[in-house]
Amino acid sequence: MRAFATHFAFEFRTGLRDKNLLLLNYLFPLGFYVMMGVMMGQINPLFIQTMIPAMAVFAILSATVLGLPNPLVEGRENGVFRSFKINGVPSLSILSIPATTTAFHAIIACFVIALTAKPLFSAPAPVNWLAFALLCVLAAFTCAGLGALIGVVSANTRVTILWSQLIYLPSMMLSGMMVPTSMLPVALRKVGMLLPSTYAMHAFQGLAQGQTTDIQPWAAVGILVAGGILAFGLALYLFSWDSRNTTRRGHPALAMLALLPYIVGAVIF
Amino acid sequence: MSEAAVQVVNFRKRYGPVVAVDNISFEVSRGEIFGLLGPNGAGKTSTLEALEGLRSADGGTLRVMGVDPTREAHKLRDIIGVQLQTSGLPGSMTVREAMRFFCAYHRVPERVDLLQRLGLSEKMSAQYATLSTGQQRRLSLALAVAHNPPVVFLDEPTAGLDVATRIDLHEMMRELRATGTTIVLATHDMAEAEKMCDRVAILLRGRIAAIGTPRELTATGSGFTKVSVRTEKGSLTRSDAAFPGVARKTVQEDYVVYFTTSVGATLSAILAHIEANGDPLIDLRVERPTLEERFLEITNGGGAR
Repeated sequence: MRAFATHFAFEFRTGLRDKNLLLLNYLFPLGFYVMMGVMMGQINPLFIQTMIPAMAVFAILSATVLGLPNPLVEGRENGVFRSFKINGVPSLSILSIPATTTAFHAIIACFVIALTAKPLFSAPAPVNWLAFALLCVLAAFTCAGLGALIGVVSANTRVTILWSQLIYLPSMMLSGMMVPTSMLPVALRKVGMLLPSTYAMHAFQGLAQGQTTDIQPWAAVGILVAGGILAFGLALYLFSWDSRNTTRRGHPALAMLALLPYIVGAVIF
Repeated sequence: MSEAAVQVVNFRKRYGPVVAVDNISFEVSRGEIFGLLGPNGAGKTSTLEALEGLRSADGGTLRVMGVDPTREAHKLRDIIGVQLQTSGLPGSMTVREAMRFFCAYHRVPERVDLLQRLGLSEKMSAQYATLSTGQQRRLSLALAVAHNPPVVFLDEPTAGLDVATRIDLHEMMRELRATGTTIVLATHDMAEAEKMCDRVAILLRGRIAAIGTPRELTATGSGFTKVSVRTEKGSLTRSDAAFPGVARKTVQEDYVVYFTTSVGATLSAILAHIEANGDPLIDLRVERPTLEERFLEITNGGGAR
């Protein structure tokens, strides 16, 4: 317990101390939120209706999918994990503690957005704050799982950026954060359903904001839970202590299995 | 339980078609400082990493205090301390956090005293990435021994360090030995190995080319001891006298240097010669062959056993 608390405290402080992580955990999502509130309020007043879920999902993606993988790759490449292994730090802690602290930072950013969006931009506040809080936790868990998986299977930080952007950029356009998914062409809507952010948006809108959604919100929750568990399971399975040690339990391509719940979702809905 | 702290029996390790370590065996006694020497690629790091549980063996048996490093990793972590060659710490971790972190995982009280002992008390809040190489090495050593492990592995502990830091680390190693800690040291520094190690093994192309105390190893080489003599009138420079045991003679500046296999006989003859010539002695030096010379002899000549 003492080891967990010490490790957690260190990782949490790192999320604030490290300039890159501070940027991705707070400065970038909150700065983008303010910019979107000022600009989109005038350009597209409809955006204000979904502003809180959209910016919450944005903050979660920024911290987890963009911020989480690189420290994992660097830890492996720089021999940090070798040192951890020798000193008895389990792989579960190496993956789950940074993921948890990152999720923590993302949830704080989500609440800053949810608490300020109404007074600053007249965005409708969540009608169910408990659901909002629980969905923040769930979305952060699912996206942190994906972030951890990207960190585990990427050979270096350049590959990490590639994989992260492959999730992040389409999420901006196709998950309902900027434009409602109902306005997208059917093909793009299907592509959007391969992304966790789409399900997170629907869950937030349906359960926290009390808005109507294309996808059953509880089904979206189920897919997010399955996606998170699968991503973390695969990250643990494919975890490697050491880039010089070529033996690992499975081929990195197995990571693609993490998309399975979203593929099922795309087929069903 | 065996008296050996470390046992390596017929250890083999290969990476694809490359055999990194080829059937080596050795033992390290408790409380001993044992040096692993060898050129790059000789198999030192593979051997150390297998003993540290970072790599599995392709053949043979490894034991550290009776524990199998691969199968009993959970036991191994409390009985070994490791100073890795590479950094091994997150750049943003402070010195104090690092000590707190590792002590927490080893379930021992925080060892701030070690940080003070190694001159890091003013760097407690400094992040690892901002430390100098010497400070990083000292921190790494402090972390390796914080939980009082009976066996410590040091991989190039003094590489790139200034003289003062090197002396500090050597002092620390002596203190550890005095408390009964076994140290396995991989190094390229022959002077360090000769000074610090009770025994050394020279690895060459994955095999043990020589093993023994530094004195034994230097004695089993070509065996030449260097006798350098300087006299006032330079009678030895001009002399063609053949002294017993001398294989070779050279002149280096004002000194006449003899390479001999029989130091006593050579010295007696030289002293008799200069006395007979009325040539007063200014300086006389006797230098045994160094471990470095023996190492070069082995690595250049090959001949693993």
